[in-house]
Amino acid sequence: MLQGTLDLLILRTLSAAPAHGHTIAHAIEHGSDDVLQVEHGSLYPALHRLEDRGWIASFWGTSDNNRKARYYRLTKSGREQLSEQTNRWEELVRAIGRILKPSEQ
Amino acid sequence: MSWTRFLRRRRWDRERSRELDSYLQMETDDNLARGMAPEAARAAAFRKLGNPTFIREEIYHMNTIGFLETLWQDLRYAVRLLRLNPGFTLVAILSLALGIGANTAMFQLLDTLGLRTLPVRNPGQLAIVNIANRKTICCVFNTRYAHLTTTLWEHIRDRQQAFSGMAAWGGYLFNLSVGGELHLAQTLMVSGDFFPLLGVPPAQGRLLTAADDQRGCSVPSAVLSDAFWQRRFGGQPGAIGNTLTLEGHTFQIVGVTPPRFFGLEVGRNFEVAIPLCAEPLVQGPDTLMDKPWGWWLAAVGRLKPGWTVERASAHLRALSAGIFEETVPSRFDGELAKAYRAQVLTALPGAQGYSDLRTDVGDALRILLAITALVLLIACANLANLMLARASAREREIAIRLAVGASRGRLIRQLLAESLLLSGAGALAGIWIAATLNGRLVSFFGNRYGAAYLDLSPDWRILGFTAALAILTSIFFGLAPALRATHTSPGSAMKASSRGITTGRERFGLRRALVVTQVALSLVLLVGALLFVRSFRNLVSIDPGFRQDGILEADMDFSRLKLSAPAIRDSEAGLLRRVQAIPGVRSAAGITIMPLSGSAWAKDVTVGSNKASTRFVRITPRYFGTMRTAIVAGRDFDDRDSATAPKVAIVNQSFVHQFLDSGNPVGRIFRTATGDKDELVTYEVAGVVSDSKYLSIREAFSPEVYLPTSQDPEPGNYLPLVIHSNVSPSALIPALKRTFAEIHPQLGYEFHSFRDEVRETLQREQLMATLSGFFGVLATLLAMIGLYGVMSYMVARRKNEIGIRLALGAARAQVIRLVLGEAALLLGIGLAAGCFLALLAAQAAGALLFGLKPRDPATLAVSMALLAAVAAAAAWFPARRAANLDPTAALREE
Repeated sequence: MLQGTLDLLILRTLSAAPAHGHTIAHAIEHGSDDVLQVEHGSLYPALHRLEDRGWIASFWGTSDNNRKARYYRLTKSGREQLSEQTNRWEELVRAIGRILKPSEQ
Repeated sequence: MSWTRFLRRRRWDRERSRELDSYLQMETDDNLARGMAPEAARAAAFRKLGNPTFIREEIYHMNTIGFLETLWQDLRYAVRLLRLNPGFTLVAILSLALGIGANTAMFQLLDTLGLRTLPVRNPGQLAIVNIANRKTICCVFNTRYAHLTTTLWEHIRDRQQAFSGMAAWGGYLFNLSVGGELHLAQTLMVSGDFFPLLGVPPAQGRLLTAADDQRGCSVPSAVLSDAFWQRRFGGQPGAIGNTLTLEGHTFQIVGVTPPRFFGLEVGRNFEVAIPLCAEPLVQGPDTLMDKPWGWWLAAVGRLKPGWTVERASAHLRALSAGIFEETVPSRFDGELAKAYRAQVLTALPGAQGYSDLRTDVGDALRILLAITALVLLIACANLANLMLARASAREREIAIRLAVGASRGRLIRQLLAESLLLSGAGALAGIWIAATLNGRLVSFFGNRYGAAYLDLSPDWRILGFTAALAILTSIFFGLAPALRATHTSPGSAMKASSRGITTGRERFGLRRALVVTQVALSLVLLVGALLFVRSFRNLVSIDPGFRQDGILEADMDFSRLKLSAPAIRDSEAGLLRRVQAIPGVRSAAGITIMPLSGSAWAKDVTVGSNKASTRFVRITPRYFGTMRTAIVAGRDFDDRDSATAPKVAIVNQSFVHQFLDSGNPVGRIFRTATGDKDELVTYEVAGVVSDSKYLSIREAFSPEVYLPTSQDPEPGNYLPLVIHSNVSPSALIPALKRTFAEIHPQLGYEFHSFRDEVRETLQREQLMATLSGFFGVLATLLAMIGLYGVMSYMVARRKNEIGIRLALGAARAQVIRLVLGEAALLLGIGLAAGCFLALLAAQAAGALLFGLKPRDPATLAVSMALLAAVAAAAAWFPARRAANLDPTAALREE
């Protein structure tokens, strides 16, 4: 996966509702129709980094099937990050698209 | 990365561990729900997640501050390694402790003497007022900083514009006891503005103010120093309101100064401070208060805002002519008055106060600091050598660690941690050594005018100095070995140590260079030590012209007897008769100024057209016999020389040489003004004695005149006696005390051993000789350990080669020659370099030497011989070991 995109995907996933690591990993896989295969392990350092930057916050909760789990939610600055990074991503995609298929423009 | 995270990284790790567990459980649950077997479900969950330990490590590293983390690891590893080698560790820490401790001690003394400012408010604003072109101008000088007379002080204070305030002070020794043995207190006489000007707050009660310093004060106030208050009154607040006696006069104790305040003189503490107005009271007939020719005051001023010392100095210079013109003492005749008027006032920076000690021992301390720095350098070289040896022993270990991927930087850091730990421990022990050493050194600086005092509480400068020293030394002795050790390519290192390959010269070069350096520096220190020791011996063994052993000095004080002049003369004579009758006393006499006491009485002597300044002293009969000074012509003083008889004098040979060179000197006359009045009196020479030292042992003999006390028109209340006896002072003193008490209970006295007094005038030389001698021996010892180490290492490294040589028929003597030749080469280069350095460095010591030149060839030769002899011994053992090698064993071992 592209550098930095994992952060964006996590933020996007959390924008709907707070979730724990397991949910986030599966949500990314399912949401992309299994195109994006996240190595689930790599998710945790990413979560740690995002929390360190103050974009997400964590708390211990109970999952649907009654397991203790660490939940993450988006903070205010995380929400700002999300929209900013989404814009930047879309710009990037458009730019790459223009180069790959100049005729369509 | 944040500090809280760093400090709580273990807790964080547990948290992550739980989180990953919870993932695994959920994933396993999901897999089970899909119908997998429990074993397979858990395994699949692990596959999906990846390696949990690896993930935790990744997060742990995000939390950690890498440098600190590894530093801690390195330090722990270093501690374990050092504990494995207690011998090495002990030698290393001990030599560093001595080196760092000695440096810290010398630096601390220099710091307290020369760098610190006075513990008063804004010391930077203080300026000392003195006379710039100071010549010895008549007549009486009473204190250590006798810069001004009362008249001058008052004129300056009233005229100047440069200072917002001024204060004057003079330091005296006054007697606290009311009878019998004297108890002298370091007394500061201070003007009323003294404490307010300095901004010193009272610790108890109140301090002196202008109200206390009113002319003619009858029961003046007194302020105690904290130390004196603790010692004498046990720190009881009740001391305030009490009284104390100085020279028989009562003073009212009003307060105590803070513990850190010691007056304005660095190197001395005071005990009592009294106002200037008490001077006529305690000094009695010797008062200088209203004598425009009596010098006893020192003055300080606080600069007005915007004024610098230079500007104040210029201002005072401009005032000088007027002030000196108005204050010329009426008794000064033409030439003296001219010299008096020509004086110019100046202002000097006063932030660091006054200090004779600074001038006296400053140079000596700087040289000692240089010596201790060299000692530390030698210790470092020695340690670098030992570390190199250790590093080559660990070559395989390091090669393996490099091979499995340790970075070179990390390994260097780890090796440096070891040296840092050693130097840190050395520094801690060094601080203790410095404190012990300085406590003893300061007591060494005392003299007959009281103990020395230095505030030796450690400050940030000392701690910073020691810390910097520790870090620098650890880099110095640790870096080169660390760089060297990690420079190997892993492959060749492992090959080299498994097969018997002799290591190249280049690897060995650094260690030889270190030994050469050590030998060279040791030679410098040894030369210095020998110079100072020989100089001290010269001073001690020189004949000063008088007896030093078996002389007890009894300083007599008649002041409380309140005698008239003739009565003083009579009681002196009576006293001496009684003392001479004491069993064991061989002979006793009085002298107004003890030789080498530092006091002097000088007058112009005129013989025909020959006029020159000459030293004078008054003595009683039998002084020369008591002090074993030879009378070479004429006679001693005796009963003939009464107050009314013709005035006679005894002169020394230098005097004869200067003034009476032709013909028989006895019976010749000279003229001088010896009384308080300035009229010339004619003296007849009654005898000639051999020369003796007057002011100090170091000076050359100079013309000197002895006058009889019996002809003194104004005999003083104070007369030191010299008593030569064949019993010990401890046996004699009780008998003397009994005799003194019988004569008059109010008679004051104080005892000194003359030998000790003479030794105290040589304390700087003794200090230099003792310390430089000690460091010289230490340096030699360290250099020899270094040489021994390198030679042993060389033999161990070349075991294989030596074994082959022996097997092929080399004689044992040849092997010994081989090793000793190697050592001789190192020694030779070291001695040559050291010789050159010693000749350069010795010049700095020139001013401190007595009776020999700094580039004394004999000293240099003896030092080199000494060093060569010790080096030969150090190299002999490894050489013997090499020669006694069993060739078969040596070859099989590899």
